[in-house]
Amino acid sequence: MTDHPTLAFEVNGEARECNASPEMRLLDCLRYDFGLTGSKEGCGEGECGACTVLLDGQPVLSCLVPVGQCAGRRVETVEAIAEKDPELVERMTETGGIQCGACTPGIVVTLYSLRQANPEASREEIRRALAGNLCRCTGYEGIFRALEDGHG
Amino acid sequence: MAERCGSLLEACRRLATEPGLRPILGGTDLMVASPHERARQGRWLDLSCFDEMRGIAERGGSVWIGAATTFTALQADASIRRHFPALVAAASEVGGWQIQNRATLGGNVANASPAGDSLPVLAVLEAVVVLGSAAGDRLVERRVPYAGFHVGYRATALAPGEVILGFELPLPGPGLEQRFQKVGTRQAQAISKVVVALAGRCAGGRVQTLRLAAGSVAATPVRLRQAESAAVGLELAAAAEAAGSAARQETTPIDDVRSTAAYRSAVLGRVVRRLVLSLTPDSE
Amino acid sequence: MYRWGGCSKLAELTYIGTSPPRPDGPAKASGLSQYADDVAVAGLWFGETVRSPVAHGRLRSVGWRRAAPPGAVLVTAADLPGPNGVQLIDDGWPILAEGTVEHVGQAVALVAAPSRRAAVLAAAEVEVDIEELPPVFDLSEARRQPSLYELELGLGDPEAVLDQAETVVEGEYRTGHQEHIYIECQGMTARWHPSGPRVEVSGSMQCPYYVHKSMVHAFGLPEEAVRVRADAIGGGFGGKEDYPSLIAIHAALLARAVERPVRIVYDRQQDIIGTTKRHPATMRYRSAVDAEGRLLALDVLVELDGGAFTTLSKVVLSRALLHAAGPYRCPEVRVRGRVLRTHTAPNGAFRGFGAPQVAFGIERHMDAIGRRLGIDPLTLRQRNALVPGDRLPTGQIVDESTSALACLESVARRTDFVTRWTEYQAAQTETNGTPQRGLGLSLYFHGAGFTGNGERRMNSPASARLTPEGRIAVLSAMTDMGQGAVIVFRQIAGEAAGVTFDDLEFPEPDTNEVPNSGPTVASRTTMIVGQLVARAVREVSAQVADWWGEQQPAASPYTVKDGRVVGQDGRSTPFAAVARSYLEVHDALEVTVRHQPAPGPVFDETTYQGPAYPTYAWGADIAEVEVDPDTLAVRPLRMAVAAEVGRAIHPRLCIGQIEGGTLQAVGWGLLEEIKLDQGRYLNDRLATYIIPTAMDAPDLDVELLEAAFPDGPFGAKGIGELPMDGGAPAVVAAIENATGLVVDEIPATPERLFAAQMRERSDD
Ligand SMILES: Cc1cc2nc3c(=O)[nH]c(=O)nc-3n(C[C@H](O)[C@H](O)[C@H](O)COP(=O)(O)OP(=O)(O)OC[C@H]3O[C@@H](n4cnc5c(N)ncnc54)[C@H](O)[C@@H]3O)c2cc1C
Ligand code: FES
Ligand code: FES
Repeated sequence: MTDHPTLAFEVNGEARECNASPEMRLLDCLRYDFGLTGSKEGCGEGECGACTVLLDGQPVLSCLVPVGQCAGRRVETVEAIAEKDPELVERMTETGGIQCGACTPGIVVTLYSLRQANPEASREEIRRALAGNLCRCTGYEGIFRALEDGHG
Repeated sequence: MAERCGSLLEACRRLATEPGLRPILGGTDLMVASPHERARQGRWLDLSCFDEMRGIAERGGSVWIGAATTFTALQADASIRRHFPALVAAASEVGGWQIQNRATLGGNVANASPAGDSLPVLAVLEAVVVLGSAAGDRLVERRVPYAGFHVGYRATALAPGEVILGFELPLPGPGLEQRFQKVGTRQAQAISKVVVALAGRCAGGRVQTLRLAAGSVAATPVRLRQAESAAVGLELAAAAEAAGSAARQETTPIDDVRSTAAYRSAVLGRVVRRLVLSLTPDSE
Repeated sequence: MYRWGGCSKLAELTYIGTSPPRPDGPAKASGLSQYADDVAVAGLWFGETVRSPVAHGRLRSVGWRRAAPPGAVLVTAADLPGPNGVQLIDDGWPILAEGTVEHVGQAVALVAAPSRRAAVLAAAEVEVDIEELPPVFDLSEARRQPSLYELELGLGDPEAVLDQAETVVEGEYRTGHQEHIYIECQGMTARWHPSGPRVEVSGSMQCPYYVHKSMVHAFGLPEEAVRVRADAIGGGFGGKEDYPSLIAIHAALLARAVERPVRIVYDRQQDIIGTTKRHPATMRYRSAVDAEGRLLALDVLVELDGGAFTTLSKVVLSRALLHAAGPYRCPEVRVRGRVLRTHTAPNGAFRGFGAPQVAFGIERHMDAIGRRLGIDPLTLRQRNALVPGDRLPTGQIVDESTSALACLESVARRTDFVTRWTEYQAAQTETNGTPQRGLGLSLYFHGAGFTGNGERRMNSPASARLTPEGRIAVLSAMTDMGQGAVIVFRQIAGEAAGVTFDDLEFPEPDTNEVPNSGPTVASRTTMIVGQLVARAVREVSAQVADWWGEQQPAASPYTVKDGRVVGQDGRSTPFAAVARSYLEVHDALEVTVRHQPAPGPVFDETTYQGPAYPTYAWGADIAEVEVDPDTLAVRPLRMAVAAEVGRAIHPRLCIGQIEGGTLQAVGWGLLEEIKLDQGRYLNDRLATYIIPTAMDAPDLDVELLEAAFPDGPFGAKGIGELPMDGGAPAVVAAIENATGLVVDEIPATPERLFAAQMRERSDD
């Protein structure tokens, strides 16, 4: 159906338009309309965090956001965040925070936000911030190290 | 959800007249659907930008919380933190960070799951639910005491076309203590198997005021009236025992995929006992 | 926390024992790696699976409910071009149900449509008419039916000893289903070509050649007509060992029917409903012990719930039985086992492959012995642990690298185990509402590589060849599902050939490009295939150096070091330059080597006697938990893990494997549960199938120990599965230490603990 009004919003700093149904998931719009396949679908029901993106700077689950609610707003995906924070990418690689990588994009987005909000987060704070991002490979230790090893 | 805003009056009118159109705030309940349900997409009307549903403000003897307030916003607000620590505790245990950034108090209440974490808190804080609907060319408000809002399993006092605008929470009197405990399926990002909220006060080692409510132990979130009356007037330890066993008697939890009736019942009793026992014996 | 004090980098080695960053890290962290559903394909259609809603029945008909939705195509068993079976160990697993349905979720039909949404809607238009038949779910009923498989092994005459013994301890231990929850669900894309390889499939898989074999079988094509490629893999843990063959065939059937590329990607619910799980197990242990707790005889019965079809159950049972007596010395042992058939989805490969189940059994049983005799868990295990030269129930003599005692020492030292365990036990009765703490110990071992003569039979090859640029291309079918083969193979090859990472190339796993070096399973990648890689590249590099020596005899012989060919005079030339010169006078240089089993006794598959595994990796865990006395919620606080891994090629990755496996084991022990209702999984979503979050994960303190295995590359043993064995028994033992509640069934959910508490209270 193409009789939907055009939705305009900002994705990774660029103005984008989409004329899908406003109920469509932001995740599908990013992956299949815009080709931004960095955001992953691990569950489609808000449980795994692999689809995490920033909406107006806040981490949210793109599988639970209807694109209609993004009109006029700012979306940032892992593709852009990794470019903004190469240090985080490097640390995740070096500390064993990445194994299969399916959870990694969501975790990078969440950790990026955490670093902005609280650069010296304690392990307990890191755990809490990551509670919505499941990782089945690492046991989370390597991910914790990605933030902690830099504390000096 | 075509046009983002427009007027709330118009929105209520459409909700009353267009079958299948459903209001949406954070979408964290509504968007959870199987691919098949998604393919047969319903239509949603976005309420998240209406000013009438936003904001937190102290007004006279109560605090107004707009329905669209997210759990993240609740945790950050100074007035909520000062007056309603139990609500902050509940908000911080809903889902994970990403969910809290989107999930709203209004959505939690309208969704009316018996496991909703904020619901027992609103019950013990004796919130008033402020509803809005279109009557001709006017938006009318209706105030429903929280105790009368949940009328059956996932059924509420909301009339067709009526929406939740927000909540009025009476300021707690001096010395009123609040407690919240969630027993979830894991340490975080978990649905409650039992959830209990308490507001109460002791004097001279005896329970003077007590309000208790629980979720996941009945078809709706429930006030534990028998537990309350069993405990009031008793010395703290005895009150805790009495409230715990009365709470078990007045509820009939079920077996489901998350837990068993036997566990829920026993743990409800133990958590009620623990929360009552945690009150300061003399709040004066 | 982590440490690898025990595995210092050997002075003469360049890469082994170092932890260079994995090359795929940045692309994964930036969202640029291409997983099965990320690859853009022009003209792609989408496939959906129509599944059985009932557990058992006669399939009367399958067809469109009304007119076929425009554009949609339906495929049923009637459309199969060849045998209706997925070729694994046998081909008893139907591609699509035919005649009967045997479990809820069994694939009955497939539909394809031009969009994802249209495919989903079309699948709902398919009507499946089934006449229900009585299903079997209950193991007591399944016991009365023929088993899928039975097996027995042993040593001596345990029955005679048990009859005479003063102390006999008996127990029954149970473990439940476990779902893999790789974060990337299963997915596969297929397309047919008019020429060249006729059919091509790519997607998420551990074993491209398993998929290849099953495609060849299903479509009756010659081997060269089928091409299989692995995309980036978002986790496997065994779940992408057998099942991808089925989806590949499904996608290829649809692609053939619509004459377009077709992709099938499961959503999470379908993935949980349809795919294999860890076998639930019931284990009965009976042991005779002396007054010091030394095992005199052991009789074990292991029953696995195989589900409806055999798939890989035979090898799972065999590994289970071979590990059932645990890492303990026992002169008289009998282990029997069977796989029972129920009307549930087939259970299959999951990290550990039967060993975690019996590790739970034997470790709980050891705790039962300790409880009976009043011996603490550490002392009891120290008395019984295998030492080099001891005999396993197969008669195999364990080798010099047997490290059970060293692992126990490592974890006990770091936790001050006996003292604190004793204190916690004494504090059990003080339930004044504060959390109770406890410590639990487990000791375990894991046979590295295929069971029995698997490697001997497979005789897998790996190759190395010079590329025109003067690099060495390393050819193997191994996939990297996260475990880090991408970097470990670079280290092994670089070290063996004396070259740098820049001198190496690793083509993607593609059956057109790489030889069948066997499946990426059974912790065999580093130990077995890594050794092949080392041999192949070493040979290529040596041939190049020798040839160079012939050209420059004055400084001959030449060696290759740090990417340079070095003469006796100390002068050197870059390897790539020498290799290019070599190729100027030779057509090519390619070396293929095959697995060579170590000389010595051979495992006898009829008597189950002999060396079932070339060596074993060893581990011990100590878990510390906190239990809420009211809710019985358990929080694992920290775990000390010791793992003896032969040699840690890449300590950081090795530790990552141990950490990740340990948390999967803890999840299985505490949280992960599948409840069934009429054969339907009730926990079929991530909202109900609960795995650990970052808040549920203990702090993990892993210590790597090394005792080189001479036949592994630079001494390495296979370790991918080892950490799955110890976590569950350790946390359950810790709960017992904290609360006094004895739980012999996992997951040890608060509901189960509560039931145990009620039983205990009615007992006293
Ligand atoms: C992963 C995950 C974890 C979760 N964890 C928790 C948890 O721990 N505790 C918990 O309590 N909940 C949890 N939830 C459920 C959900 O997040 C909450 O119920 C949330 O508060 C819903 O708010 P929302 O704004 O997202 O609602 P929406 O999804 O937008 O709406 C929910 C329902 O309310 C209706 N509605 C919305 N706004 C109004 C209105 N103003 N008037 C009338 N009707 C309205 C909608 O039509 C819909 O039926 C979880 C959900 C997910 C996906
Ligand atoms: S896909 Fe969005 S949370 Fe899992
Ligand atoms: S790295 Fe595989 S799920 Fe996290």
